[in-house]
Amino acid sequence: MTIAVASGKGGTGKTTVAVNLARVLDQPVQLFDCDVEEPNVHLFLKGTQQGEDVVSIPVPVVDEKLCDACGECSRFCEYHALVSFGTKPLFFPEMCHGCGGCTKVCPRKAISEQGHRIGLVETMQAGDITLVTGRLDVGVAMAPPLIRAVKARRQGGLTAILDAPPGTSCPVIATLRDTDAVVLVTEPTPFGLNDLKLAVDMVRELRIPFGVVVNRVGVGDERVHAFCREQSIPILLEIPDDRRIAEAYSRGELVVEALPEYRSQFMQLWKSITTGLVEKTEVTHANL
Amino acid sequence: MTDRRPAVQELTVISGKGGTGKTSIAASLAVLAERPVIVDCDVDAADLHLVLSPQVKERHEFKSGHEAVIRGKDCIGCGLCVTHCRFDAVKMVEKTPGEATFYVDPVACEGCGVCVRFCPVQAIDFPERLCGEWMVSETRCGPMVHAKLGVAAENSGKLVSTVRREARRIAEEQHRSLVIIDGPPGIGCPVIASVTGASQVLVVTEPTVSGEHDLERVLSLARHFSIPATVCVNKWDINPAMAERIEGAASRAGAHVAGRIRYDRAVTSAQLQELAVVETAGPAAADIRHIWHQLKLQE
Ligand code: SF4
Ligand code: SF4
Repeated sequence: MTIAVASGKGGTGKTTVAVNLARVLDQPVQLFDCDVEEPNVHLFLKGTQQGEDVVSIPVPVVDEKLCDACGECSRFCEYHALVSFGTKPLFFPEMCHGCGGCTKVCPRKAISEQGHRIGLVETMQAGDITLVTGRLDVGVAMAPPLIRAVKARRQGGLTAILDAPPGTSCPVIATLRDTDAVVLVTEPTPFGLNDLKLAVDMVRELRIPFGVVVNRVGVGDERVHAFCREQSIPILLEIPDDRRIAEAYSRGELVVEALPEYRSQFMQLWKSITTGLVEKTEVTHANL
Repeated sequence: MTDRRPAVQELTVISGKGGTGKTSIAASLAVLAERPVIVDCDVDAADLHLVLSPQVKERHEFKSGHEAVIRGKDCIGCGLCVTHCRFDAVKMVEKTPGEATFYVDPVACEGCGVCVRFCPVQAIDFPERLCGEWMVSETRCGPMVHAKLGVAAENSGKLVSTVRREARRIAEEQHRSLVIIDGPPGIGCPVIASVTGASQVLVVTEPTVSGEHDLERVLSLARHFSIPATVCVNKWDINPAMAERIEGAASRAGAHVAGRIRYDRAVTSAQLQELAVVETAGPAAADIRHIWHQLKLQE
């Protein structure tokens, strides 16, 4: 079973929910940090580093001896990664999606491919948790291929929990694709509600069952709860606005370890996810 | 006659990690500035409009790239598109037992056009993709340019560049010297698009292990694009020792430390009233005013 923890915006406690949930399961679990622009899960786990692998995408290399500057590759490239003005093409690797099209369309077979590094996948073992982290190189714009490389480490049969990037754009979609359920984390504030609505639209479009965790309950107002009620979205867990949680988080400690009274709540969250309390997509594609 | 107006300055507020209070601070700076143009570049999860209540004046469609669409009636089921697509976007369905047909999952399609080019019977259309919309609005602080990206839409970087370009145009036209940009979280393509060429970035961080970790990455991004960076620690009193550590790291990385903002419940209550923090009373409002003066933006 693969569960993604996501939120319309960052800083709502998404990582907190993902790590604490992984920690209370009494079984081996794979935890994936798919927030490859700002991977943070490792800060909350102590364990041993198991290794790291470079992730690359295939990009074109033009053989200048074979190229006759026909410009076909640059006309083909949808992303303007190859530019030719009646000249041999110039290549801009940060624009390239690695689609392989230029290599295929070159009439003189002057283009071959080589790997262009975009980031790293790191593995760490912390008790029952195997943490797989994607880390995008600074200055690289292309997160989805790295996220796909992270997810490729999933092992069938093991429970997988994915910490998704914030938002609703391409990297989030790359994370959520092919998951069994999504937990959306939000805060009971106007910003939280606005971002929750965007996230709900997204998971409904992807047709993945989902439920909501409301974090910092007590800080704002009732509108998030009212929205969930109206839309029949199950609230799986409410975490109170407890300054001790914020302080534990600031030090990189797990809530369920620093404040053991929260353990049972996270165990209950897991039960709610697995026993089908999560909203089924059939009932609710009213706003598709 | 020579034009002696100073060039338009652009201040981008970013945070690395989301949820550090970036938008609340950007809204406050918009209130404090004399005659700014305001831009919400967090096109993925825009929140600034919840504070500045913009009156929309213009709406524009945002189209970017293309998407492949297989015409089922012309598809001969050869499956060549599946082998060409590197993004796993072409899916097979059985029309009748033993007879396959294909369709493109629009969410996975990156619009590269390889399948379109190599389909032996030209059964794949390649229309432009509608990715969202952008708007020009009026607010109590000045004109605002903002956008809404469709769910799962690609290319937020290009949308960010579009709204920034429009804001700069308005600033020049109306002789406004400062553009305040609420940037997206992270360090990926939309962030790069919202900081490249900016005059200054203000990084809003928080005193947590994640804040510390992300700050390092955001500052190296600013260095990568040679943009002067200023840092402020929000909710510093949640962990004073960490706040100090972060400020030390920021100074060593060549950033200017502009100040600290206290943890203050007035920040959330301002949000509930659709006001910027500096439009309400409270210690955090005073702290943000102090930071504004530290930014030394001549207007
Ligand atoms: S591989 Fe695709 S994206 Fe990259 S340069 Fe070639 S055509 Fe452009
Ligand atoms: S356009 Fe490219 S990404 Fe889209 S389906 Fe065709 S080959 Fe795949």
